[in-house]
Amino acid sequence: MLGLNSKDKTLFLIVLALTMFAPFLLNPFPEGSELAQFNAGYPDLMQRFVIFGIFAIGFNILFGLTGYLSFGHAAFLGVGSYAGVWMLKLLTMNVVPAIIVSVIFAGLFSAVVGYISLRRSGIYFSILTLAFAQMSFALAYSVLTPITNGETGLQLALNDPRILDFDAADGSLPATNFFGIEMRDGFELALGPWLFTFNFGYYLCAIIMLIAFYISIRIFRSPFGLMLRAVKTNQQRLRFTGKNPKPHTLAAFIISGMYAGLAGGLMVAMDPLAGAERMQWTASGEVVLMTILGGAGTLIGPVLGAGVIKYFENIFSKINDNVLYNWFSFLPDGMQDAFVFMIHPFIGKGWHLTLGIMFMLVVIFLPGGVVEGGQRLRQLFSRRGGSDSAGGASSAKAHPAE
Amino acid sequence: MDAVILQILNGLDKGSAYALIALGLTLIFGTLGVVNFAHGALFMLGAFCAVTLSKIFTISYETIDPVRKDFLGNPLKVETPYIFDWFGPDVGTAMIEWSVPLAILFSIPIMILVGLSMERGLIKYFYKRPHADQILVTFGLAIVLQEIIKYFYGANPIPTPAPPALTGSADFGVLLGFDAGSIIYPYWRLVYFVFAAVIIGGVFAFLRYTTFGMVVRAGMADRETVGLLGINIDKRFTIMFALAACVAGLAGVMYTPINSPNYHMGMDFLVLSFVVVVVGGMGSLEGAVAAGFLLGVLESFASMGEIVSLLPGINQIIIYLVAIIILLTRPRGLMGRKGVMEE
Amino acid sequence: MAKFNPGFSRRGLLKASAVAGVGLAAPTVFSSKAYAYTNEPKGGTVTLGFNVPQSGPYADEGADELRAYELAVEHLNGGGDGGMMNTFSSKALKGNGILGKKVEYVTGDTQTKSDAARASAKSMIEKDGAIMITGGSSSGVAVAVQGLCQEAGVIFMAGLTHSNDTTGKDKKANGFRHFFNSYMSGAALAPVLGKAYGTDRKAYHLTADYNWGYTTEEAVRSSTEAMGWETVGAVKTPLAQTDFSSYITPVLQSDADVLVLNHYGGNMVNSLTNAVQFGLRDRVVNGKNFEIVVPLYSRLMAKGAGANVKGIFGSTNWHWSLTDDGSKEFVKSFGTKYGFPPSQAAHTCYVQALLYADAVERAGSFNPCAVVEALEGFEFDGMGNGPTLYRADDHQCFKDVLVVKGKENPTSEFDLLEIVEITPVAQVTYAPDHPQVAGGSLGKCNPGA
Repeated sequence: MLGLNSKDKTLFLIVLALTMFAPFLLNPFPEGSELAQFNAGYPDLMQRFVIFGIFAIGFNILFGLTGYLSFGHAAFLGVGSYAGVWMLKLLTMNVVPAIIVSVIFAGLFSAVVGYISLRRSGIYFSILTLAFAQMSFALAYSVLTPITNGETGLQLALNDPRILDFDAADGSLPATNFFGIEMRDGFELALGPWLFTFNFGYYLCAIIMLIAFYISIRIFRSPFGLMLRAVKTNQQRLRFTGKNPKPHTLAAFIISGMYAGLAGGLMVAMDPLAGAERMQWTASGEVVLMTILGGAGTLIGPVLGAGVIKYFENIFSKINDNVLYNWFSFLPDGMQDAFVFMIHPFIGKGWHLTLGIMFMLVVIFLPGGVVEGGQRLRQLFSRRGGSDSAGGASSAKAHPAE
Repeated sequence: MDAVILQILNGLDKGSAYALIALGLTLIFGTLGVVNFAHGALFMLGAFCAVTLSKIFTISYETIDPVRKDFLGNPLKVETPYIFDWFGPDVGTAMIEWSVPLAILFSIPIMILVGLSMERGLIKYFYKRPHADQILVTFGLAIVLQEIIKYFYGANPIPTPAPPALTGSADFGVLLGFDAGSIIYPYWRLVYFVFAAVIIGGVFAFLRYTTFGMVVRAGMADRETVGLLGINIDKRFTIMFALAACVAGLAGVMYTPINSPNYHMGMDFLVLSFVVVVVGGMGSLEGAVAAGFLLGVLESFASMGEIVSLLPGINQIIIYLVAIIILLTRPRGLMGRKGVMEE
Repeated sequence: MAKFNPGFSRRGLLKASAVAGVGLAAPTVFSSKAYAYTNEPKGGTVTLGFNVPQSGPYADEGADELRAYELAVEHLNGGGDGGMMNTFSSKALKGNGILGKKVEYVTGDTQTKSDAARASAKSMIEKDGAIMITGGSSSGVAVAVQGLCQEAGVIFMAGLTHSNDTTGKDKKANGFRHFFNSYMSGAALAPVLGKAYGTDRKAYHLTADYNWGYTTEEAVRSSTEAMGWETVGAVKTPLAQTDFSSYITPVLQSDADVLVLNHYGGNMVNSLTNAVQFGLRDRVVNGKNFEIVVPLYSRLMAKGAGANVKGIFGSTNWHWSLTDDGSKEFVKSFGTKYGFPPSQAAHTCYVQALLYADAVERAGSFNPCAVVEALEGFEFDGMGNGPTLYRADDHQCFKDVLVVKGKENPTSEFDLLEIVEITPVAQVTYAPDHPQVAGGSLGKCNPGA
């Protein structure tokens, strides 16, 4: 099917199922139960999961295959976002032109940055990309305020031209839409005590992510992908065979830049605001962490990494002491206080601490990221089952990239 | 002219902070081959050694002053530091005022301990791991360290002034034949510059003129051969890690009077110091120091009003712009060696 | 199955009313048909969303805002001593929650980034069913979240945000600001500065290179130039700057005799500390003592600059040492609960929470449009800033502004600022189309449904 081998087909079908049923999977706890705090099945977070998934998939095409570690990918996402918002302001609230233009602009920008940065390799390359991204951030925040609206972030206004839209503004901003389907629309499904939200915006993002994921599988399995792996393993040898690695690496850089632009375009399609912070080095670092955390060089890893980090950022940061007291309300007072006291540093405003500890634990015990964790589990079970597929599993083991 | 001299002074001062951190980063990288994203956090820990010492000095007992009232109208609790009782108010006050210089002594054992436990407990398992793993684990450690500091000290900056004797500023203008008051420079910044120069000189002398340093340098150049000679290079490298941690910590201690420390100051310096290290050339100590001062001076010049009005925004990007230009013209930075971190 | 949960009202109700089995329920939050407006509370509780910085450089300010909100919720639900509800001129609040519904709250972390702030606000609206979002510690975040609330159809009660734009060119019908702004700082400071330093001064501005910095510089410049000061230099400094030495030294070369630091937070602490290090305060230029001015003071941040703030003028929205009844009540109940006096951020957040609750009571409905109507043109007193008007034209509060000075002999670690003058509201009022705030339009209130 679709030119995928059976293993990839299984993987693709798993991802397809995961994304399509995400509203169920992410809301495992009934509404109103104490654990409902951990539900992640609301539109904004689900959109973020897949958008950052796209970002990480794209980053992995560069980093996972060629080993070139870019510390400036957030700049492409930012450029894409700004281009997208300008389209929404000037052209129409239909998200299609915004997304297309985002990808184009990010592609052009990454072609320039990539052409220059790829003249160097290793950490010198990383610092060059970091320098470009930091310059973009600093300028967008300050000098370029007329274009980017600086600190406040570029947003829609009532008096934007929107030349393709005819409906006169009635004092409220129009919503972003896909040929009339509003991105923020959706419906809810109540199943007993469970409540599931299906959001059109999410499904648009999810379908685009599936396409992006599919393309990434094809790239991984193509001769081009093989060439990129060769770039990582031994550039010297590649050159001896008469192949010039540079155009291939640049192509990979531009592709991953376009993925970042796509993510940026989708972000503004879901929520039409572009802030300069999304270009800061911390944002670039975040996608690096997502990829490594999930498993660099693996197909599904980056998506999982993106999910884990966004989950922490959005769910753990919202647990406050009040919620804690609710959880432990069944305990006697003294013990309740003790438990809250012990957990308090790790949640709410301490979510960074939990994230840091998790980075360390994962990289110490699971060098291949979350994907390796999954494989180890599978190995464990297959050994228990007495099956001999353990060898197969370990040969598929992720090779963490440098 | 006097404006130029002032900006050179400013640049040297900024450069000393960059150079000190970059020196430590390069030491760790050159000896252990580890990319240490937690190095900024070590700088921050050093700064908080100074904060902690002044907190220790001001540990107080409360007495209730029935005459004065606090903001709620209750009798005011007056806090008296214990050291006032132990050493008398005069010595006590002096100790509190001089807590930053005293923190140098206080921080050395702490930073060595932190460095040793970090290397033995964590970093040593990452020698053979890919750089990406090293980055992730040390970045995680940096977050953990700064969140711990935030938990105990809060997020706001904490004032840690220099001793009163060193808070004023020197008038250089007169010495150099300019008008009085045209070139004024704070004493503490001069102290910082001299201090940095001494530390940098000390590290270089240590590496050059001691047997220990010689072995370490040999190890940096060719680890395997040195190992074959029967020298326990790992143990020496551990000590070098502690030394690098110590350098970062001392840089942090001395920096506190210049800018009040806060928990994320390490991250603010981390990216810049990486740029400095790379511009200097990976693995080159001289390069790191030279790049630190170079970028510091250029940053100062770029912030001059005349230049900003000519090129708006140049002060925002100068460091990165220079880094790009240098890396495009000199492939391995100023003094980098071939083959280091190029894969 | 029908167990009723007070935590999440809207969803709680949905759950309680849902029949077992499959059934397509109402559409989502944003385009709900079953609700008259977004997140209409139908159970016995109502959920407010407190969106404050919990990580990053403004985390301490955010923590203080959160304390104030928790106190406000306690008072609204009838707990504690009632705080400012005792002195508030409107007596609609009865201490039985809002419209008889118990007040619950959820919290989020803005990280002082517009993206993250919008994400956490969205999560509170979409997931937790928050009917109102409030808080924040920067103008960029306030404008971003205000825009979101307008689109989502909930009310936004801004926290600490000082840029003119929040109720100027970025004003929104669903957004309200109690805090003062750059224009007011300039208008309040100029006369005091004129009196203290004379009207023949040469000022040099260092300005944080982002939106808030621009509006503050503009406000202070125009009001000081109007009384005769000359601006001899204005330099923008990068946000990420920590060492300001290379921006301070050119001041030494200029013939300026006043330095205005249009910086906030960590920038302010560092630039002020550096300026004092370079001996600016000991300088004599043109036969006058060199002076430094900080247009927007924050006590929490001033603490970071230590002794350097002594004698330096600035403006602030509120200070705990005010002696009116409202302030005294608030300081008492906050101080009793937490052991230290509240910051201006805590004050404005507490007041905003109460103002919202009161508006709902007076309107008799949580419908954002009814709340907007109740707040527009609302005049009140007893909240610590004297008689105050929520102007209908731009949803900005007009009230007295405090001009403060770093205290020479602080008696405690909280006693850093002393009030120099309470600038009467008339002096800081401006026309809605004043050039500094012109542009943008409120639009129409959006109830979301």
